[in-house]
Amino acid sequence: MEKIPILRMGDFLLVTIQVDMHDRLAMALQDDLTQKISETSARGVLIDISSLEIVDSFIGRMLGNIAAMSRVLDAQTVVVGMRPAVAITLVELGMSLPGVRTALNVDAGMELLRESLNGHEGIRHGSNF
Amino acid sequence: MDKGLQNRQAGLSEILTKDESSLLADWLKEMSGSVRRSDLIKESELRSESALFLKLLRQGVDSGGYDIDGAAWQPMRELLAEISRSRAQQGFTPTETATFVLSFKKPLFKAIRTRFEKDADALATELWSATALLDSLGLYTIETYIKTRDAVIRRQQEEMLELSTPVVKLWDGILALPIIGTLDSARTQVVMETLLESIVKTNSKVAIIDITGVPTVDTVVAQHLLKTVTAARLMGADCIISGVRPQIAQTIVHLGINLLDVTTKATLSDAFRLALQRTGLSLGRTSNHTAQKTA
Repeated sequence: MEKIPILRMGDFLLVTIQVDMHDRLAMALQDDLTQKISETSARGVLIDISSLEIVDSFIGRMLGNIAAMSRVLDAQTVVVGMRPAVAITLVELGMSLPGVRTALNVDAGMELLRESLNGHEGIRHGSNF
Repeated sequence: MDKGLQNRQAGLSEILTKDESSLLADWLKEMSGSVRRSDLIKESELRSESALFLKLLRQGVDSGGYDIDGAAWQPMRELLAEISRSRAQQGFTPTETATFVLSFKKPLFKAIRTRFEKDADALATELWSATALLDSLGLYTIETYIKTRDAVIRRQQEEMLELSTPVVKLWDGILALPIIGTLDSARTQVVMETLLESIVKTNSKVAIIDITGVPTVDTVVAQHLLKTVTAARLMGADCIISGVRPQIAQTIVHLGINLLDVTTKATLSDAFRLALQRTGLSLGRTSNHTAQKTA
């Protein structure tokens, strides 16, 4: 079965979704990601969906769930690179993903994560970078 | 009944065949008095159109009876559609367009009267069916005329839609979208798409939606605005709504619309200042200018 790679970058995890998501894959990602967060005690998760062209309500809910789960595990989630068509679809479906933070691209998302972590735990962050 | 109908058709068809040239001459004379607009259409063009009309009318009557929706009338329908299309574009009024067909009544009735002079009963039925036929052809002309006008109006609407949604880049990473006119759902779709595309293209973090030009904000418009803001947020861009007039602020509160999740500003300049702040920029007076002022 295909798998979505989860890359570790310092304190953060980078998930790049390159294939069309189907429901099983989404569930597997949820499992893997929560596992990985607790393993690496990551502080932030970046989900890059810039190559995702089709999003249905299930995938939308999954994104929201992942954000909520990560928050429980004390990691912040940023969804980056959403395409205009996908954004419009989600809004039309009535899903505004209230708990999810968003950024234009991986760069901006990384900055957002750093800023918010700096604000909260400067000491810990300072020792790492 | 069938036989009678056939007879009648034969009668009309015969008239159309035998008196074709005199009918055409009479008709053209008739039109020159009422509908011919020599400023809009050439005599020769009108003549060839009329001759073709007569020919197709005869063909239709010969093979298809009086029901102009039938297959036999297809060429006639095409001719009338073409005529009313070109008339609509040339600037004829609907009356002038329809009278092209209706003015044929007078010469035709004259010919019918001459032929059935002695048979009052046949004359009446013949006149009635000719009237019905020409009326339905006239109505068809009007219908096509209106359809053509509708198509023109629709095209202009679409063009206006595209013209009216410019996205302006104010600064690196700051976009502005001045909305003029009412926001309906079709327009929201276009606005949303252009805004989101521009956000991706210019890599912008902040988008200012200026609603100074929106005459009224009701629940529907507010919902459309919120949709656009949410979509932009999903892409990772902040939205600021500016240009909220006092009147509109009152309406929004009275309607109980919740805009708490959205930053709103009274003027575009306020919104721009906030946007600069959010992108980590600030504007200040140069010392030179201050010196000039104090001097």
